[in-house]
Amino acid sequence: MNQVVVAQKREIQEVSSETQDYVTMFIQGQMFGIPVLTVQDVLGVQRITRIPLAPPEVAGSLNLRGRIVTAIDVRLRLGLKQVNRPEETMSVVVEHGGELYSLMVDSVGEVLSLPVNHFEPNPPTLDPLWRDFSAGIYRLDKELLVVLDVQRLLDFGGATRAAG
Amino acid sequence: MDDLLSEFLTETTESLSVLDVELVKLEQNPNDPDILQNIFRLVHTIKGTCGFLGLPRLETVAHASENVLGKFRDGELDVTPEAVTLILTSIDCIKEILSHLEQTETEPEGDDAELIAQLNALADGKAPAAAAEPADDAAAEVEAEAGDEAPSWPVADELLNFDPAEMDGAGDAAAAPAPEPEPEPEPAPPPPPPAVAPPKDKKDAKPKANVPAAAKEGSSKESSVAAQTIRVNVELLENLMTLVSELVLTRNQLLQMVRGQDDSEFVTPLQRLSHITSDLQEGVMKTRMQPIGNAWAKLPRIVRDLSVETGKKIDLQMLGADTELDRQVLELIKDPLTHMVRNSADHGLENTDERRAAGKPEVGKVVLNAYHEGGHIIIEISDDGRGLNSEKIAAKALALGLTTEAEMEAMNQQQIAQFIFKAGFSTAEQVTAVSGRGVGMDVVRTNIEKIGGTIELKTEEGRGTTFIIKIPLTLAIVSALIVECGGERFAIPQISVLELVRTTTTSEHAIERINDAPVLRLRDRLLPLVSLRKLLKLEGEDEAEERGETFIVVTQVGTYSFGIIVDRVFDTEEIVVKPVAPILRHISMFSGNTILGDGSVIMILDPNGIAAGTGEVAMAAAKESAHMAAQRADHVGERTSMLIFRAGSKDLKAVPLALVARLEEIDMSTIEHSHGKPVVQYRGHLMPLVAIDPAHDLPTEGRHAVLVFTDREHSMGLVVDEIVDIIEEVLHVELAANEPGLVGTAVIAGKATDIIDAGHYLTQAFGDWFGTSQQDAFGDREDGKRILLVDDSPFFRNLLTPLLAVAGYEVTSVESADKALQLRDSGRSFDLIISDIEMPGMDGFAFAEEVRNEGRWSDVPLVALSSHATEKDFERGRQVGFNDYVAKFDRDSLLQTLAQTLHGGNA
Repeated sequence: MNQVVVAQKREIQEVSSETQDYVTMFIQGQMFGIPVLTVQDVLGVQRITRIPLAPPEVAGSLNLRGRIVTAIDVRLRLGLKQVNRPEETMSVVVEHGGELYSLMVDSVGEVLSLPVNHFEPNPPTLDPLWRDFSAGIYRLDKELLVVLDVQRLLDFGGATRAAG
Repeated sequence: MDDLLSEFLTETTESLSVLDVELVKLEQNPNDPDILQNIFRLVHTIKGTCGFLGLPRLETVAHASENVLGKFRDGELDVTPEAVTLILTSIDCIKEILSHLEQTETEPEGDDAELIAQLNALADGKAPAAAAEPADDAAAEVEAEAGDEAPSWPVADELLNFDPAEMDGAGDAAAAPAPEPEPEPEPAPPPPPPAVAPPKDKKDAKPKANVPAAAKEGSSKESSVAAQTIRVNVELLENLMTLVSELVLTRNQLLQMVRGQDDSEFVTPLQRLSHITSDLQEGVMKTRMQPIGNAWAKLPRIVRDLSVETGKKIDLQMLGADTELDRQVLELIKDPLTHMVRNSADHGLENTDERRAAGKPEVGKVVLNAYHEGGHIIIEISDDGRGLNSEKIAAKALALGLTTEAEMEAMNQQQIAQFIFKAGFSTAEQVTAVSGRGVGMDVVRTNIEKIGGTIELKTEEGRGTTFIIKIPLTLAIVSALIVECGGERFAIPQISVLELVRTTTTSEHAIERINDAPVLRLRDRLLPLVSLRKLLKLEGEDEAEERGETFIVVTQVGTYSFGIIVDRVFDTEEIVVKPVAPILRHISMFSGNTILGDGSVIMILDPNGIAAGTGEVAMAAAKESAHMAAQRADHVGERTSMLIFRAGSKDLKAVPLALVARLEEIDMSTIEHSHGKPVVQYRGHLMPLVAIDPAHDLPTEGRHAVLVFTDREHSMGLVVDEIVDIIEEVLHVELAANEPGLVGTAVIAGKATDIIDAGHYLTQAFGDWFGTSQQDAFGDREDGKRILLVDDSPFFRNLLTPLLAVAGYEVTSVESADKALQLRDSGRSFDLIISDIEMPGMDGFAFAEEVRNEGRWSDVPLVALSSHATEKDFERGRQVGFNDYVAKFDRDSLLQTLAQTLHGGNA
């Protein structure tokens, strides 16, 4: 596990020698980040078509300028309970395997430029589920930012691999 | 210019550009099999097409390069810069010939013996000593110089000199296969004359040989062929489509706004806008659609040439050529289709002599058939040739290490045939110029799977081979019916919708909702219904039921029709099917999704998936019932669909649904009497009616439900009071009954239920009706033939024994294979043995093997009986020695099979 993280860390370092830009977002007060370049769009509340029989994490699909985007409830994906969702949910649209996905979170914050040397591997005590989806942790002044590994977050039981 | 030739030029120029790029990649990654495979395939295609167009010079060069590439692929030759240079030289040579072809429509004079000699030398494993020697033209020299300057990566270097824009173009072209001019509404614009004229000038203006390769390629891009078509990136079309959708959306919103304002000044311009938008939408859609016939256009010629070349008589039939396909899909399946037709004609069909010897008509048939089915486009390519030789394939598969002998043992012919889809597999014994280098079927399959399709293969030795390509409607435009259920909207492809039925609690068509198995009487049949709400586990109560109004979408999949219960039906809409996200692809209920005119996303239901799902629903329901049941089957038993009814008393009665031909409602006042027995006129025949309790007289008025049992042309009606339910259940007859007409009592859905013996009532009806005894009731009697019935289920023994007895057999039944073998050892003999397959202890297969192996029964015909007869079981059954295989409940075919087996096997 640690080796993987180190490898990822090195990758990140290669991309930008000093800082990395992250779009921050919040779920239940926890701050998450995904690299800014992977983000296609940030959306407010959308009309979502529910998809029967889909995994519970799939909130539905929506139309983003003529493209069909699959909405993923990140909260459920992270194993968090579906509490009373704030009225104003927001979504971050990312691309994965040629498809667009909208990651539904509680709110989306600002873009942060974070020094790479503040990056830490996942603490071993982290919930295994989270450890899967987290590429590592950034130490910020007041809080910790969990870097979401979008690829793994969207890889539902290898379904994406199997489907090509 | 000949259409075929111009298409060839376009295609080949494109392939060559790709080749350049791929070769560079190859040189850098000499061991990448994908790149090699791709290169090989491209060259192979060029070669193949040349052969048909009668371009010998081109063909020989391509053939020689292909040989070398083949060696690369098989690992017999190392990929060295020198070798790649030589291949590139030959590609330049091809390019030169092509440009000449384009200008004059003939191959240039001269020969490429030297180049070919070098290629052959290389293929034979000798170092290409004279690799740098110019083979034919200046291009090779350019090549060689580049090689001198940068010995390590000559190709890369050479390519650096190319115009980068051109490289991009090549890349794009590779990614987006050639769109062709839309044949509708106008005929293809430039007729031959203008195409021929300019090349003449060029030919005069240019000295033949001294044009550098790059310049030559540049000129070919702008020449006649290019002028006939405008190449548009499909992505651009895709974007256009998106924009148009947005436009439609906006238009709809505007229309909504002015609706009801008749005097608005916007009305007129909006109407115009609306028209134009619709036309635009249609136009853009059309740019993407093409009849599949376009992809077939060159097949007759190919087949004709092949017929001449091989001396076979071939009749190519093309059906459904106007089936529309998305252009992109069409482009992708075009090559595979050509390839497969070629294969069918070349390898599939025997030559005339062989055909005559096999007693077939001399003219071999290759049939192409395209049609829509259940939201898919199906393309069938069938030939009536020799079929695939499974032995040869099996041997080859073993030789290639694709499987083990043990695994092979367990495979049937169809499974073995599937090996031809593996890479490097060719059934042709010798490599011909036409095909058979193992490029074939694996590439075909890859290409088809790339667009989300499937390819199936059916083959019968001596009878022919059929390939069935199934392409999902991905990207294709379909008309869909929009329905609502549980507050969600869904689209159902119109093509699988037969009709719509509106039902209310009071209308003539009412859903007879009984427990979990709703059915609808529709004209003269009983239509199984499936609730979309339950199937998709939608939330919300049955508001439709409260409203007392629902809609049933009568859907057909193959030959199976069923009704889908929905809350509301809207109108139909033209939709462009888009594939669902990968994470949703496992949900078989949906074939895709789309964006409706109002901008919302909607899921498209897949009737195939729903049909498959109905089975599961039945299973689930049965499981629930089974839970309630006090006693559950210990072992996984066979589920039987039982029709539960009441007749004569309050007790529940049941009969296997499969035995019931129809459910009818008969007006009791129409009953007549013959020989003192009640009959009704039914479908032009007299049908005897029987009451469940002979002590009771039939009611004389009102309509009553009647279970119709049919045997051959005779029908019998069992009058019942009420039909309660249809339940799928593992049957356990708890109490055997001594009463005639009853098999026993079982617990079904938690209630004690009498299982009636349909055989008893049949004999009652026919025995009495036809006079003396049971004789003649079932046609030919098989008097005195002794049958051994082996089945662990008392229910089936009880059901079949009287049935067989009625047909005149003398039946002995035992509950296990062991018991049966005991009978054998005790010296009993039988004329025929019927055995169940799934039995505790020794199963049917083992039993058959045992019987066949030794002892006095080894020649006795064996018939297998099973509730789930798959092809594999069938195959296995045959292998272990069963003479025939019959599905349980299929009485007619059981009796028929018995008669046939007895007469055929023992006569």
